[in-house]
Amino acid sequence: MQDMLWIFISAMLINNFVLSYFLGLCPFFGVSNRLSTSLRLGVAVTLVMIVTSICASLLNTFVLPYAPYLQLISFIIVIASTVQFAEMIIKRFSPALFRALGIFLPLITTNCAILGLALFQTNRDYGFLQGLTFAVGAGAGFTLAIVLMASLRQEMRLSNIPSIVQGTAISMILAGLLSLAFMGFAGMFSAL
Amino acid sequence: MADSKSSQQIYDEFVKGVWKENPVFVQVLGMCPMLAVTNTAINALAMGGATLFVLLGSSVLVSLLRRFIPKQVRISTYILIIATFVTIVDFSLNAMAPVIHKELGAFIALIVVNCLILGRQEAFASRQPVHLAAADALGMGGGFTIALFCLGATREVLGFGELFGVPLFGEHFEPWVIMIMPPGGFIMLGLILLLLNWAQQRRGSRAATQAAGEQVSAHDALPIAPAHDSGHIEEVV
Repeated sequence: MQDMLWIFISAMLINNFVLSYFLGLCPFFGVSNRLSTSLRLGVAVTLVMIVTSICASLLNTFVLPYAPYLQLISFIIVIASTVQFAEMIIKRFSPALFRALGIFLPLITTNCAILGLALFQTNRDYGFLQGLTFAVGAGAGFTLAIVLMASLRQEMRLSNIPSIVQGTAISMILAGLLSLAFMGFAGMFSAL
Repeated sequence: MADSKSSQQIYDEFVKGVWKENPVFVQVLGMCPMLAVTNTAINALAMGGATLFVLLGSSVLVSLLRRFIPKQVRISTYILIIATFVTIVDFSLNAMAPVIHKELGAFIALIVVNCLILGRQEAFASRQPVHLAAADALGMGGGFTIALFCLGATREVLGFGELFGVPLFGEHFEPWVIMIMPPGGFIMLGLILLLLNWAQQRRGSRAATQAAGEQVSAHDALPIAPAHDSGHIEEVV
């Protein structure tokens, strides 16, 4: 149980996918303009991560021992079909959410956080439950990071910024400061 | 005649990727691998080389197959082609340079989802003949590698006080450790973008003053001074 807690906290805070592994930066900078959209995207990414983690566990147990060179290709196919499937389900059961997510839903396929999750899970030999915890933690961490970033950028729109740092430059520096803050969590847990 | 024209075109596509539309500094694409592995110059070069190879291979293949790939499934086809080349790079690096492969870890495999590569297939290789697609891939890959190297070298110099493992400063140099940690990557890229913004604004305001000056002097009928002026400004820029 302690093991699970450790995996969760570590994936969510200490080794946050966005701020310390640099995964999923495209949506992190692209979709963090509005708080509501970024929260929805975070939830969608978390769901896709959970399904991907389950599929990756199954693949790792039943297929990949016999054909290791298929690892990348099979993971990519799983992710693409999961995203397609999620799209169909959301469209069927909640058309409002489907419209709100718009183009960001199919773009989850090329989000490196998802493929990164499958690869890390494989590299670290996580079992089924450990993988699931890892996925939930990573998704929560992604959501946390993108929501924080969206809030900061919303505040920033009201403030007076020199024209030369506007755009990507200030977002990068903000992300750097956030990442600096998240590094503090490492100290918190080494004390435990 | 036709030959020189096409070689000019190839050259244009190449320069466009390396400088004018540099994938990192101008288009801000492919950031995930670039920040993660650029804590030393050698890692940055390895990552750049791997990306260049994958980009070249998949651009040529996509360009060759562009008449046969059905429109509806083109994205999945591109991703499969890219994943194949990435698997080749992954296995070859593991065999030839296991140390670097270990340092780069899962980020070699993550080249698959580098938006730069998929973007070039969709925007360029799927519509152009092979030689142009290859030139574009070399240019974009080269530009990506240069950008990675700039970032990696700066971070290594500041964070370790070394370049390619060779110490640059005396023993009293205090390494700026934060530069090789994740926050350093974000902040350094932010600073480089800031510098480029500044350079661009300066150039923009100079062009504006130059245009204004030319207008004024044309009005005053003094043709010699502005011609000299503009030549001078171009030299400085």
